[in-house]
Amino acid sequence: MDLFEYQARDLFAQYDVPVLRGAVASTPEQARAAAEEIGGQVVIKAQVKTGGRGKAGGVKLADDPADAEAKARAILGMDIKGHTVHRVLVAQASDIAEEYYFCYLLDRSNRTFLAMASVEGGVEIELVAVEKPEALARIPIDAGTGVDAAKAREIVAAARFPESVVDQVVDVAQKLWTVFTGADATLVEVNPLVQDPRGKIIALDGKVTLDGNADFRHPEHAELDDAGAIDPLERAAVAKGLNYVKLDGEVGIIGNGAGLVMSTLDVVAYAGEQYGGVKPANFLDIGGGASAQVMADGLGIILSDPAVKSVFVNVFGGITACDEVATGIVQALAMLGSGDTVGEAERRAKPLVVRLDGNNVVEGRRILDEAAHDLVEQVDTMDGAARRAAELASRA
Amino acid sequence: MAIFLTESSSVIVQGVTGSEGRKHTSRMLASGTRVVGGVTPGKGGQQVDFDGTGVPVFDGVAEAVAETGADVTVIFVPPRFAKSAVVEAIDAGIGLAVVITEGIPVHDTTGFWSYAQGRSTRIIGPNCPGLISPGKSNAGIIPADITQTGRIGLVSKSGTLTYQMMYELRDIGFSTAVGIGGDPVVGTTHIDCLQAFEDDPETDAVVMIGEIGGDAEERAAEFISAYMTKPVVGYVAGFTAPEGKTMGHAGAIVSGSAGTALAKQEALEAAGVRVGRTPSETAVLMREIAG
Repeated sequence: MDLFEYQARDLFAQYDVPVLRGAVASTPEQARAAAEEIGGQVVIKAQVKTGGRGKAGGVKLADDPADAEAKARAILGMDIKGHTVHRVLVAQASDIAEEYYFCYLLDRSNRTFLAMASVEGGVEIELVAVEKPEALARIPIDAGTGVDAAKAREIVAAARFPESVVDQVVDVAQKLWTVFTGADATLVEVNPLVQDPRGKIIALDGKVTLDGNADFRHPEHAELDDAGAIDPLERAAVAKGLNYVKLDGEVGIIGNGAGLVMSTLDVVAYAGEQYGGVKPANFLDIGGGASAQVMADGLGIILSDPAVKSVFVNVFGGITACDEVATGIVQALAMLGSGDTVGEAERRAKPLVVRLDGNNVVEGRRILDEAAHDLVEQVDTMDGAARRAAELASRA
Repeated sequence: MAIFLTESSSVIVQGVTGSEGRKHTSRMLASGTRVVGGVTPGKGGQQVDFDGTGVPVFDGVAEAVAETGADVTVIFVPPRFAKSAVVEAIDAGIGLAVVITEGIPVHDTTGFWSYAQGRSTRIIGPNCPGLISPGKSNAGIIPADITQTGRIGLVSKSGTLTYQMMYELRDIGFSTAVGIGGDPVVGTTHIDCLQAFEDDPETDAVVMIGEIGGDAEERAAEFISAYMTKPVVGYVAGFTAPEGKTMGHAGAIVSGSAGTALAKQEALEAAGVRVGRTPSETAVLMREIAG
């Protein structure tokens, strides 16, 4: 989960990383109150999880509370690269003497962590990495030993921070490491890390990505979740405990196992090239041991997507038995017939292509044949079923 | 021979008394695996009965290894206890730790990976289906009845795609199929498996299944071009996955230009690997070599 800047700022503050005074506001009036509280000149910053907001007009200086209210009114509701601005961060304005870059991240290739730091901050660090790679220090961090004072000094020396700020940056580097490990982050980035005209080091803007697998030891992370921003179908799927991602095509996909479902999307897109370019409408992994209820929940979500024209159920029975899956499909269709999620007419308009293979496949296919549901059609192979689903979607 | 797991492997199960551990221990035994014990702290001294086969339970891995001579552990413990379970296995000096558990925080995985360096344990996983040397031994949750013993090696990030590929090529059969797991950090990589298959006299050709995220497939392509003499056929899942969305596996996420399926396919093809557009097409490519 990526955090908003204001959430990253709050997290930094909890770990004593120096940040400027600030408060989040979702209305112009709240922005005014925040500006009054902070006093003096403030910056109004759009809170969106994308870059380039400065260029888009999402960051503005305000001289006083009335100005803060006006600027917040202009920024709230803006669209920045498809992200609507629902909140602004009202932060104390600061003069900047120098801008630096600092981050910790997971280095999956080397199965360790990496510190990256540069005295050329405030810009796209990817550009620095490409155009002046020598200006970006990269220091591997062993997960077992982490960042102590000596390691922090090594990073700071490698990045050639000015002598006058070395001690402060060493201190901030250690504190950011406690953020990284303490919050179970996979990315903690400060850009820019600034030196103000009085020589003080401040984390001016931050980006943090948290590891969802660690949520069990961070109950506090639940409230950072930005449920309002995700697709309504995705929200409904999360509520049902389903692993669903909305895409922009026409063929609804249900399968078991993340790899097989990803592959199913590709095979459908590939087949769709011959049928007017139809594409997969979603990713949905029902996992192992799909019960009738899970199948019904999954079908319910997919059939309520108005973009879906046909559905492809692709199951390879490994541990899961195909007869259970088939029973699940039959029961699911019966439940949905009387269900509240989709209307009968809507449901009837969407044919299901089912491909079953593996464990107990003969019995599974027999159950579906016997049910002879007018919406269900069986195809023996994954590629053949993908073609059929694409064809049905293109005709609808 | 096969790789990592043979008929002489002695297997213990950490988390043997839990529901998943119990279910899969039973399946492993049924497929002929030598399961010699289980570990559940606080339940040492008990026996778990699997259709007449009694499996002794120990409080700790070191004790289990000392008593049974086990050289493989399969770990089913929940995410919050997984790191200490793996560290315990490493401390016991066990040769192979297969971590099935899904949902382990990546700080824990990097932690036990770091701990394993310079020690004697190979880690497979986490978030993986394990590995099977058909007809010999099965360590994990891969169904044993999909395929038979043969001379194809298989390495894959995904469980169900492993099953699909084993099924497509079931008449030819496999020496060993390894599910390395879909997490961003895994103990055994594509390259480790490719190297082992290259060195295995019972493997003639390798199917490598990759998916979006990271650069493991690109690195594997470099390795293949530099070191592999045996033919490799590839498949990559995730061409249609959008940037920034995690597709089920924690590791399957495309960020920026890195980790796309196309980049992986191109890297593999540049290394002389034939890459299928669907799992079935990939199986056909392998059939041309090994059939």
